[in-house]
Amino acid sequence: MTEFVAVLVDGIVYASWLFIIAVGLTLIYGVMKILNIAHGSLYALGAFAAVSCANAWFAQGYAAMGSFAMLAVAAIAVALVFAPIIERGLLRHMYGKDEVVLVLVTYALFLILEDFIKLVWGVDPLFVQGPNYETPYSLLGNFDVAGLTYPNYNLLLVGVAIVAGLALAWALNRTRSGKLLLAVIHDREVSAALGINVGRMYFVTFTIGAFLAALGGALTAPTVSVVTGMGAEVIVMAFAVVVIGGLGSLPGAALGALIVGMVRAAAVHYAPEVELFSVYFVMAAVLIARPKGLFSGAEVRKI
Amino acid sequence: MTRDRTVLALLVVVAVLLAAGPFLPRWMISLFNVSMGYGIVVLGMMLLMRTGLVSFGHGLYYCLGAYAAGMIDQIWNVSDMLAMIGGGIVVTAVVSTILGFLLSKYREIFFAMLSLAFSMILYGLLVKSASLGSTDGFNVAAKTLAGMDITGKGLRLTVYSVTVVVMGIAALLLHRYLASHRGRLAGAIRDNELRVEYMGASVRATVHVNYVISAVLAGIGGALMAINIGHIDPEMTYWPQSGEFVFIAILSGTASVFAPLGGALVFETVRSFAYEYSPNTWQMVLGITMLVVMIFLPGGLWSLFTRKKVAA
Repeated sequence: MTEFVAVLVDGIVYASWLFIIAVGLTLIYGVMKILNIAHGSLYALGAFAAVSCANAWFAQGYAAMGSFAMLAVAAIAVALVFAPIIERGLLRHMYGKDEVVLVLVTYALFLILEDFIKLVWGVDPLFVQGPNYETPYSLLGNFDVAGLTYPNYNLLLVGVAIVAGLALAWALNRTRSGKLLLAVIHDREVSAALGINVGRMYFVTFTIGAFLAALGGALTAPTVSVVTGMGAEVIVMAFAVVVIGGLGSLPGAALGALIVGMVRAAAVHYAPEVELFSVYFVMAAVLIARPKGLFSGAEVRKI
Repeated sequence: MTRDRTVLALLVVVAVLLAAGPFLPRWMISLFNVSMGYGIVVLGMMLLMRTGLVSFGHGLYYCLGAYAAGMIDQIWNVSDMLAMIGGGIVVTAVVSTILGFLLSKYREIFFAMLSLAFSMILYGLLVKSASLGSTDGFNVAAKTLAGMDITGKGLRLTVYSVTVVVMGIAALLLHRYLASHRGRLAGAIRDNELRVEYMGASVRATVHVNYVISAVLAGIGGALMAINIGHIDPEMTYWPQSGEFVFIAILSGTASVFAPLGGALVFETVRSFAYEYSPNTWQMVLGITMLVVMIFLPGGLWSLFTRKKVAA
């Protein structure tokens, strides 16, 4: 029983974390038809920026609770600095090319950003930590389920994932710009002809997606040692999530994250030797059974 | 005829490389060995690209070839170089024939994603298999060549010579295949599958055959690389490795069998020097090179040498 609860809790926490990252990826794909490998770099940038911002905050001796705000600030900063450079500077000139070519363009970007991170932050592992070893991870205290203790920080992840998912769903389906965006997704040329500023739509979408990736990174930073190469690990996992759910589908990303999260948590507890294998096995199985992912056929309208 | 010239040029290149072997400095032999290993893998990528497919998981076969080469030594105590390469060929041919039944139905991004999933499955298996050294992998050493003892001082040169010959044979056979009836279907499939079907040719069978050929080439490259470097680990099937192959194929272009071989040499040279002089920015150099090539030379570096424009 305890083991089962552990799997459930771990699975949900892991799924939330995956969702925050994968939802940005699926959003960008849904709107722009770009499977963005550089999403992994934006995640890593968010994590590194979070280390710098939070540690600077601690070093000033301000109230430790403020470090949470610093994580958010780091994610916003990354999105505001890198999204314009990437989208306006590079991707804008690539629209209309083959999807596979666009993947390769973002792969080149990924390589460039990986080294950019090394140049700015060096190659040694970094930690979010104040002078008295305080970190946002432990600040919130713990909670108990079925005799197991979990840090409340995990609840924060779940909360952020739910808020992000609901906010995106609301923005897409209930607001004017969201509906305009759906029109752009449906037919870019006609939307442009009807007076929608497609370029700006793309730019805003990419910035939001980049922000979510960076936010995922920033929220991860306090829980791990922040090392170069963390983006490469995350991006294939995020690929698995969005491919399972159906590329460009918002509920698909949620379902994909839950499936991957649960499968991985179950594997870790019951059969640790198949931990990584299980995730990609599920990915392959879904692709074989439903080549376009679980949520593709049912939805006429993506995102 | 271009065809005759390519065959002749290949033979000349192989002869020159073989003759030059004993006089080349150590570092150059190493550079050539790695480039040729990569080059053979990228020959396969080129065939896939001509068919209109990009695999983000060819590290699967590269890694399988290498592990097959290493494991026949572990299991049966066979350390003959030819047997090791043969092991790589057999294993990759079998696995790709099976997976090909599935993958030949997929196109574009879904093909890329499913092949990625398969390669990551192998990665997930290898990092957890303690008997194969988990993430550390294990050492591989070829001791004989067709029964002759090759250990000792001349090993490096022997590996080099065998690699040159294997590369020559692989390139020659691929070149003949590309000129054959089925080989020429690749471009037609990329352009319009429906028309190919109407002409009476099977798209799926052709994609399947091309997939197996490209997988076997990757397996040969992997086996040679294992023998050459003497060590293998699961990173060989991690996705950035597969990405590297795609990268070289894009860099090279697909117009001639020389393109991937030359492209691999350029890539390895740039990487060696970039790594030597600025270990923290070599990926950046590669990324920028890739963007520049994709934007300004969509036909790859090879298009610099041909007047006729061939789409990538």
